[in-house]
Amino acid sequence: MAVNGIPRTASVEDRRTLAEFLREQCGLTGTHLGCEHGVCGACTVLLDGGAVRSCLLFAAQLQDAEVTTIEGLSAEDGSLSPVQQAFADHHGLQCGFCTPGFVVSVTAFLSSNPAPTDGEIAHALSGNLCRCTGYQGIIAAVKAVAGR
Amino acid sequence: MTFAAASSRLVGSRINRKEDPRLLTGRGRYVDDVVVPDMLNAAFARSDIARGRIVSIETTAAAAAPGVVAVLTGTDLNPLLAGPIAATPTLGMGSPGPHKVLADDEVRYVGDPYAMVVARSRAEAEDAVELIELDVESLVPVADYTTALLSDERVHPQLEDNRAGGMVQPLDDELRTLLESAPYSATDTFVQNRYLAVPMETRGIVAWWDPGRMSFDIWVSTQSPHDVRTVTARVTGVSENQVRVQMGDVGGGFGQKAYLARDEQIVILASYHLGCPVKWIEDRRENLVAATSSRAERATVSIAADQLGNILGVRVDHIDEVGAYPMAGSAAMMGAVIFTGPYRIPKLSFSTDSVYTNTCSRAPYRGPWQIETYVREQAVDSLARNMGLDPIELRRRNVLQRDQLPYLLPIGLSLDHVSPAETLEQAAAMIDYDGFRAWQRQEFAAGRLVGVGIGLYIEPQSAMGPYAAEPAHIRIQPDGSTDVYLGSGSHGQGIETTTAQIVSENVGVPFDTVKVHQGDTGTTPYAFGTGGSRSGPILGAAIQLAARDLRSKIVEIAAHQLEASPDDIEVTGGVAAVRGTPTRARTIGEISRSAYLDLGALPPGMEPGLETLKRYKTDMPFLFSNACHMCTVEVDGSTGSVRILRFVVSEDCGVMINPSVVEGQIAGGAVQGIGGALLEDFIYDADGNPLTTTFLDYLLPTASDVPQIEYGHVETPATTPGGFKGVGEGGAIGAPAAVANAVNDALHLVGARVREAPFSPARIVEALEAVGR
Repeated sequence: MAVNGIPRTASVEDRRTLAEFLREQCGLTGTHLGCEHGVCGACTVLLDGGAVRSCLLFAAQLQDAEVTTIEGLSAEDGSLSPVQQAFADHHGLQCGFCTPGFVVSVTAFLSSNPAPTDGEIAHALSGNLCRCTGYQGIIAAVKAVAGR
Repeated sequence: MTFAAASSRLVGSRINRKEDPRLLTGRGRYVDDVVVPDMLNAAFARSDIARGRIVSIETTAAAAAPGVVAVLTGTDLNPLLAGPIAATPTLGMGSPGPHKVLADDEVRYVGDPYAMVVARSRAEAEDAVELIELDVESLVPVADYTTALLSDERVHPQLEDNRAGGMVQPLDDELRTLLESAPYSATDTFVQNRYLAVPMETRGIVAWWDPGRMSFDIWVSTQSPHDVRTVTARVTGVSENQVRVQMGDVGGGFGQKAYLARDEQIVILASYHLGCPVKWIEDRRENLVAATSSRAERATVSIAADQLGNILGVRVDHIDEVGAYPMAGSAAMMGAVIFTGPYRIPKLSFSTDSVYTNTCSRAPYRGPWQIETYVREQAVDSLARNMGLDPIELRRRNVLQRDQLPYLLPIGLSLDHVSPAETLEQAAAMIDYDGFRAWQRQEFAAGRLVGVGIGLYIEPQSAMGPYAAEPAHIRIQPDGSTDVYLGSGSHGQGIETTTAQIVSENVGVPFDTVKVHQGDTGTTPYAFGTGGSRSGPILGAAIQLAARDLRSKIVEIAAHQLEASPDDIEVTGGVAAVRGTPTRARTIGEISRSAYLDLGALPPGMEPGLETLKRYKTDMPFLFSNACHMCTVEVDGSTGSVRILRFVVSEDCGVMINPSVVEGQIAGGAVQGIGGALLEDFIYDADGNPLTTTFLDYLLPTASDVPQIEYGHVETPATTPGGFKGVGEGGAIGAPAAVANAVNDALHLVGARVREAPFSPARIVEALEAVGR
């Protein structure tokens, strides 16, 4: 598979999840594990452009796939993507643990729906859990990127 | 003393956070990101039953499983304990139970650890846990805290009963007469559900005892790195200077990570025993079932008023559970201290029992004493209804006005520098309380149930004992960049940012050149840890003291080198200049270099270097902030579901360092409170089996469940340096009361009432059916 544009070839144990593969074998620790049962969304990554939960996928399923993690969303010089910058500008994070999952989910959501309604934003975000912010800054950040 | 405008605006500004670029790009470093050479991984074997006598633990098969290095039981680790397992602040409370980290006589709750596997990988450790055979003889558990004191069973057999603590304050004759003969009174029993801290990052630790270097390195998700060091030294018998603890980025705590629990201590002992690094990362089920429990309490409140609606007195009978191995126990005493809160209430009687149960152990959770606000605010509404008054009108008649401060609380403590009346009125104006009442009548006529609720409170920050002090260490390096070292640390509060704001403004150096280091016992001064909403008032004060001390030294050096009077030196933007003559100036870098390297350029007799360590200590036992939450809700009369329409918070946390950080704390706390009131419920069945062990059963609020929080600010500075007050816990204190009162305000339209949280659809439908709806 390709991870953040870099080809990766590895042989993995059949039960190894994509999240474990990314964290332990690729050293990409920005993908976080918050529940390991597919609810919290902290482990969200892009798989061929769509948001998926890396705790629910086995690495071995992903032959030839293109995976993008949080580390792959910012520019090489470290400058933030528009979604990342909006989270910073609107205090869309506190402890930061859920943040990579939110940023990845929002990136995928806005690329498929660049002009969402309030209801669509709330619905899109409801697959990710945050315990610090009460979602206030996150919602504001999404609206800002959507030009609202 | 005046500062140039450019830097003086920093405190109070909504500057972006220093933490964010690394956290937004996946470059944070949380404990699970720590990897050290030859690190082993641990998994726990935990009890599946609430109470049972351990007959035997068979570990042979597990020990022979692939990758397994050791299977450890109480027999291996309990004898290694060199000192009490309690966190330092609770040492004086005595042992909560047997002096053990792993269960070896009885298992005492579902999730109680009785063995640990250490293996090469986490998967191998978890596989081997499945091979451990526990032979256990089931015993009758003490599952229900409300009857625990009547039970013949004992959570801890050496104790006389299941009482963990309490305070009996008999009702005196004067208050008894008042409650019985006052023109108006109300008595209700209010039940608060068990709901939990639930940080998105579970607990975790990497403990590495290196026998060659005779030293411990520990990385841990904690709020209190220095106490982790103290406890590590105490339980292993090494000295504190052999232990270095680093917290790194911490993914939320909310009280759960204030104290080092048995689980982490087991990992520390295992590493010490095996002489190699051991990592344990808790999974979500463990976190829900076995990390910490909170809330789960009830109180019967009697409140009385005279003809004019002056509240005369309150009687409270409270009970809560502390589980099997409480790390801090009940916070009801703090609730008693602040119970009368924002009102003039001359008489109070508060009795409380805390009981051991065969459930997960209690620990502090954001506003651990908030039952006082939760039940007081509902009792005030009850009293208002009995008087035929609007709940806000009864509050207006009793709320403390500014000219009535300082006010001596019934408990004997002086309350001052608060603004309950102002926040009540600001919130009422923001939500258009009177306008809502008119709209409510109109909507009710059209068949809708909408309601408004108030949660008015005083938020105390404990400054008792070691909580009274915090240190800050600032060092300006020879190149003029500034390092700040804090013993406490952020687990989401943005302390790197707010610290840099205070330092930049008070030293006179650019914000971007200030770097904040926190939570590393190897480099930072001893501190008690982040908790109790003390980072603003006490840590903030220490930072301000240190910053001003350093600035004075800069001024002295600059005055000497520029041959000017210290009174004429301004320091701003990293430059010290003679006022009115900007060409006569020295940069902070030039001053700093001379302080370390060109010692002849210093004023005669001055100590070289440009750094300072200051500890701030307050002499007051409590500091106070205050707020008023108001929300409006709609209750669906057929499904019983509750939708929050508006949610406003008027908060007085003194001088705000960064309003966005303040509002973030308010919103986060409020949404946790909303979750607790409407969704979250950690349920045990009658046998002590937890029923809500995943995020599919334990419902956290999502973005779809929360209203937009609207903020109002009142600013009554504290008397501490900087005038900052705490704001971390208030949101979680006020919100459940406001939601409870709003739901019941809507239900009152049809004569229904719910006194037990959460205000779930089932409970509301039941209440509506009870009144024939």
